[in-house]
Amino acid sequence: MTGVLPITLEDSTKMVQALLYSGKEYVCVMKLHGDAEEEHVRKTLEEFEDVIYQRPPLRSSVKRQLRTRRIYYIDFIEMDGRNVLFKVGCEGGTYIRKLCYDIGEILGCGAHMQELRRTRAGPFVEDNSKVTLHDVAYWFAEWEEKKEEKILREFIQPMETALALIPKIVVRDSAVDALCHGANLTAPGVLSIESGIVQGSIAAVFTLKGEAVALAKTLLSTEEILNLKHGTVASLERVLMTRGTYPRVWKSGNKE
Amino acid sequence: MPRTAPPWEIKRELIVKTEDTTDPKYGRKPHERPAEDYIRYGVINLDKTAGPTSHEVAAWVKKIMHLTRIGHGGTLEAYCT
Repeated sequence: MTGVLPITLEDSTKMVQALLYSGKEYVCVMKLHGDAEEEHVRKTLEEFEDVIYQRPPLRSSVKRQLRTRRIYYIDFIEMDGRNVLFKVGCEGGTYIRKLCYDIGEILGCGAHMQELRRTRAGPFVEDNSKVTLHDVAYWFAEWEEKKEEKILREFIQPMETALALIPKIVVRDSAVDALCHGANLTAPGVLSIESGIVQGSIAAVFTLKGEAVALAKTLLSTEEILNLKHGTVASLERVLMTRGTYPRVWKSGNKE
Repeated sequence: MPRTAPPWEIKRELIVKTEDTTDPKYGRKPHERPAEDYIRYGVINLDKTAGPTSHEVAAWVKKIMHLTRIGHGGTLEAYCT
């Protein structure tokens, strides 16, 4: 399989989980094991635009228990004999090979995945930020030779790019270091917040400079957080920023 | 069946609760980080080719750039273009 594979470098590896869970989009060639009418294939693909059940394959890196994944859309592109080309948008962790097999079962003739290309992983798509392994080797050698910072920007994005689809909460400078030490986010620290947050959402906590501080699980909705004066609004899941980047203005329980 | 919007089609609006300023002495805008930090907090949008596994590709990037830690977002099987 080919396509978009975001690579996290050094400290940004802390947020790789957020990328694994983010939605994906693939272009797939499915090979049918018998003849089928195009209309029948189109209808069947549509039936899979729903929450589906999947058991991870024998050779997989996760526990093999039945799990659910949402298929946001399956767009039929074209059909040539027994080859069916379609685009699928789905939740992270959906097995497209399984999906093709299941589509084949419902069609009645059977089918398997012939070719697959990932066209999206979270916010990463096939735009001009995309680089090959050769590009990485080339640009890194250029960087080592010339030490011009603009060279790094040719092939590396800030980790914040990877958090673009996660709802955002912007906090005060004075709240940042406490969060870096694992404290929960409280109402007075919140400056602005994105719409659509519900209780239990994973939110990305940002500074006013647009730097990612941490990932947190919200305890309240956007509206509730906007109206709250005191108390915890989100519990910390993962710290992303290095401690001490912002000054420590919070008081510790233990006297030093 | 009503189609569920994928995360990339959801429009969000940033609502201001309180205004404040940020001290330029601390932190850096992501695009203005000095080289070492820019790499350390960096992500590569890599186009994987057919053949190697996702793990192998990640290991190569690690080797090319002399890094100590690396991760990748979502395994792509090795073969079948």
